[in-house]
Amino acid sequence: LMTAKSLASKETVNGRCWFYSDDDDGISVYLNRELHAMNTVVAQLQTQFQDYLVSLYQQGFLDNQFTELRKLQDEGTPDFVAEVVSLFFDDCSKLINSMSRSLERPENVDFKQVDSGVHQLKGSSSSVGARRVKNVCISFKECCDVQNREGCLRCLQQVDYEYKMLKTKLQDLFNLEKQIVQAGGAIPQHFPSYTILRPDIRPCLDA
Amino acid sequence: MEVCNCIEPQWPADELLMKYQYISDFFIAVAYFSIPLELIYFVKKSAVFPYRWVLVQFGAFIVLCGATHLINLWTFTTHSRTVALVMTTAKVLTAVVSCATALMLVHIIPDLLSVKTRELFLKNKAAELDREMGLIRTQEETGRHVRMLTHEIRSTLDRHTILKTTLVELGRTLALEECALWMPTRTGLELQLSYTLRQQHPVEYTVPIQLPVINQVFGTSRAVKISPNSPVARLRPVSGKYLLGEVVAVRVPLLHLSNFQINDWPELSTKRYALMVLMLPSDSARQWHVHELELVEVVADQVAVALSHAAILEESMRARDLLMEQNVALDIARREAETAIRARNDFLAVMNHEMRTPMHAIIALSSLLQETELTPEQRLMVETVLKSSSLLATLMNDVLDLSRLEDGSLQLELGTFNLHTLFREVLNLIKPIAVVKKLPITLNLAPDLPEFVVGDEKRLMQIILNIVGNAVKFSKQGSISVTALVTKSDNRAPPDFFVVPTGSHFYLRVKVKDLGAGINPQDIPKLFTKFAQTQSLATRSSGGSGLGLAISKRFVNLMEGNIWIESEGVGKGCTAIFDVKLAISNESKQSGIPKVPANPQHVNFAGLKVLVMDENGVSRMVTKGLLVHLGCEVTTVSSNEECLRVVSHEHRVVFMDVCTPGVENYQIALRIHEKFTKRHQRPLLVALTGNTDKSTKEKCMSFGLDGVLLKPVSLDNMRNVLSDLLEHRVLYEAM
Repeated sequence: LMTAKSLASKETVNGRCWFYSDDDDGISVYLNRELHAMNTVVAQLQTQFQDYLVSLYQQGFLDNQFTELRKLQDEGTPDFVAEVVSLFFDDCSKLINSMSRSLERPENVDFKQVDSGVHQLKGSSSSVGARRVKNVCISFKECCDVQNREGCLRCLQQVDYEYKMLKTKLQDLFNLEKQIVQAGGAIPQHFPSYTILRPDIRPCLDA
Repeated sequence: MEVCNCIEPQWPADELLMKYQYISDFFIAVAYFSIPLELIYFVKKSAVFPYRWVLVQFGAFIVLCGATHLINLWTFTTHSRTVALVMTTAKVLTAVVSCATALMLVHIIPDLLSVKTRELFLKNKAAELDREMGLIRTQEETGRHVRMLTHEIRSTLDRHTILKTTLVELGRTLALEECALWMPTRTGLELQLSYTLRQQHPVEYTVPIQLPVINQVFGTSRAVKISPNSPVARLRPVSGKYLLGEVVAVRVPLLHLSNFQINDWPELSTKRYALMVLMLPSDSARQWHVHELELVEVVADQVAVALSHAAILEESMRARDLLMEQNVALDIARREAETAIRARNDFLAVMNHEMRTPMHAIIALSSLLQETELTPEQRLMVETVLKSSSLLATLMNDVLDLSRLEDGSLQLELGTFNLHTLFREVLNLIKPIAVVKKLPITLNLAPDLPEFVVGDEKRLMQIILNIVGNAVKFSKQGSISVTALVTKSDNRAPPDFFVVPTGSHFYLRVKVKDLGAGINPQDIPKLFTKFAQTQSLATRSSGGSGLGLAISKRFVNLMEGNIWIESEGVGKGCTAIFDVKLAISNESKQSGIPKVPANPQHVNFAGLKVLVMDENGVSRMVTKGLLVHLGCEVTTVSSNEECLRVVSHEHRVVFMDVCTPGVENYQIALRIHEKFTKRHQRPLLVALTGNTDKSTKEKCMSFGLDGVLLKPVSLDNMRNVLSDLLEHRVLYEAM
C-alpha cells in the first residue's frame, strides 16, 4: 500500500481543501472519510436545526403559517422565507416607530392611526406565522378600541419585545440553515423524518 | 290208532308203573297246555311278531297233543265208548294239525333263519357306525384343537409367545411327552434347540443341519415319523424307559418379507426351516394317527405364517425406532445449527460494533491529522494509515453485509424518501473527486420519475454510490453520465407488449455510462461473484476485496431487480445498468392530499395570470409567493387605483384583500364589473379576508365577488380553490 507517488496533490473544491492521492485507494479513503465526517457534521447540524425549529413552534413563536411559508421555498426561490421574514421585520420596525410617535403625547393620541398600524401589524404577522406578535396585536387592538393609551403603550412595548425576540431566533435558524447547506447537507423539510445521508452508509468502491 | 308211543299194557299193570305213567301224562298235559298260554302271553306282549297264525297253528297242535295226553289218562283203565270217541277225535285233530304244522314249518324256518342273519348283520353295522362316529368325534375334537391353537398362535405378534404357545397347546392337545423346536442358527449350518415344552432350556444344544434325518424332514411338507434315537429327538433323560414313544418331526418354514409377492402366495422354496419335534409319551402303546399328523402339519403352517407376521412387525418396529432416533438426532442437529447461527450473528453484531468504533476513531483522527502541517514522510505515513484503515473498515462492513445477505437474514428497510434528492446527494458526494480527476458528471432524471417513493433508501444509495464510484475510479478521462428513468418492464429484452406496472409499483432503471477502462466481455460474468477480481481492471493492485459489486447485486436482487454491465471491450468504456422495484409514495409533501399526481400545480395553473391587490406588503408578498409556487404568473398592486389601472382581460383571477377597514375595497369589485361589460372577459374576483362570518359573505356576494378566502391561505387551500374556481367560476365554500 505504500506507493511511491503517494505525495498528495492539493486541490481546492467548494472552498475546502482535498488532499487527493492519485490512486484508487485514495478515492476510497476520501469517500469514506468525507462521508463519515459529513454524516457526523451534517447529521448534527440537521438535528440541531430540527430541534430548534420544533422548539420555536412549541414555545409559540411560530405557527402553522410559517410551515406554509417554508413550503413555498424551493430551488427557484431558495431565500423566499428569509426575504418575507426580513420584510416583515422591517415593516414591524417602521410601524412600531410610527405608532410610538402617535402614542407619545398623551393628550393628542391619534387612535385611528394606531388602529390602522395595529391592523397592518396583525395582518403581517398572521401572514408570516409570527404567533406571539399576532396575539399581542389582538390585545393591542382591543386597547385601541377602548382608546386606552396606557394599555396601548404596554402592548406596543410588548410587540416591540416580541418581534425583536423572534428576529433573533429566526436569525439563528437561518444561520443553522446556512451551515447545513455549506456542509453539503439538505435542509430538513418535513417533520419528523428527513432524508439525509445515513451515518452508516459507506461506499464500496472495490469491484 | 296208537299215535303216541304209549303202549297199552296186556297184563295187569304194575300199580307203581301205572302211577308213574299217570303222573307223567298229567304233567305233559299241563306242560302242553301251558306252553300255548305262555306263547300267547308273550306274543301279546311283543309287538312285532310276524307269524301269528303260525303260533295259532302251533298252539292248536300243542293243545291237541295235550288233550290227547290228557284223554290218555282215562284210557288206562277201562273206559267208555265216549271217552274212546273223544280220544279218537282228539287224535285225528291232532294228526291233522300236526301234519299241517309240519308242512308249514318247512316254509317258515328258512325265514326265521334269515331273520337271524339279518339281525347279526345289523348288529355288525351298528358296531361299525359306532366306531366311525367315534373317529369323527375325535377328528372334530382335533379340528377344534387346531382352531384353538391357531387362534392362540395368531393372537399374539410376539415371536416367543407364538412359539411357546404352539408347543404348549400342541402338547396339551396331543398329550405329548415332549415337544421341541429347533431353529437354524445365524450361520445356517446348525440347528439350535430353542424351545422345549417340559424341560428347562438346555444350554446351547445344537446339531448340524446336514443330518440325513433332518434333510428327510425338510424335504417334505408332511410330518415325518423319525426314530426316537435320532439326535434331534434325544431330549429326554433316558431313564430306564424301555419303550420310547414315537416321534414325529415336521418342518416349519421361516418366511422372509421378500417371500411375499403381491400376486403370489409365499414361495416355499425358501431354504430356511425350523424343526418341530413331537414325542408321544413313553411306555404307552399310543401311535401316531393320521389325523394327528395332519394336525401337526396344519399347525406347522400356521406357525410359519404367524412367525412371518411377527417378523414383519419386528422389522417395522425396528424401522420406526430407527426413524425416531434419526428424528431426534436431526432435531438436535437442527437446534445446534440454529444456536450456532444465532451465536454467529450475535458475535458478528457485537464484533461489528466493537470493531467499527475504534476503526472510526482511527479514520477520523487520521483525517484530521492529514489536514495539519506535516513533513512529507509524516504525510506518507498518515496516508498509509488512512488508506489501510479505510480499506479495513470497508472490508469489515462488506463481510458483515454479505454474510447477512447470504443468510437471508437481511431485510430491506422500507421508508418514504425523495428519489430526486437521493441522486443529487450521491452526485454531491462524488463531485469533488470527479472535479479533481477532471471527469464531468451529468445527471439526467426522467421527467416522469416519481419524486416520493417507498423503498430502502440506504441500500439504494449504496448501490448507486458503488456503481458511480466504480465509474469514477476506473476512468482516466471522458465523461460520466448517470441516467435515471422509469422502465416499463423488468427485462432488458424489449417485450412484445408493454406491461403496466401493477399497483403503485414501478421499476427504476439507472444507467451509468463511462468512457474509462472498459471490461473484456468475457470477464463480465465474473464481476458479480465475490472475491473475484479481473486482472484487466486492476492495473495496480487496488487491494480491494472484490465485494462491492457482489453486494450490490444481492441488494438489487432483494429489490426484485436486475443488474448487468455492458462493455464493448477494453478501453471502450462500459455501461452499468440496474433495475429495481420501488413503490410510489401516496403522500407527497406530507400534506395529506390523497392521490395527487406529480406536480399538479404546474398542470393546472401553468402561466395562469392573476392579479393580487393587498396593501400590506408582507401579506402581499406571501400571497404572491403562494401563487408563484403554484405556477401562476402574478402581478401585484398595493392600492385600489393601481388595481383598476392594471387589471386587464388577461388576468383570470383578481385576489383582493378586504381586511382594511373601509368599504372602498368592495367598491373595486363594482368598478371592475363596470369595466368588463362582457362576462367572459371579466376576471374572477376573490376576496381575502380575515373573518368569515355571514355578513362578510353576504357583503361579498352583494358586491359581485365570485369567492371569499380566509387569510392566511394555505398552499393546499389555494390549490383547491383555484381549481374549483376555474372549473365552476364561482366559489363560496372555501373558508
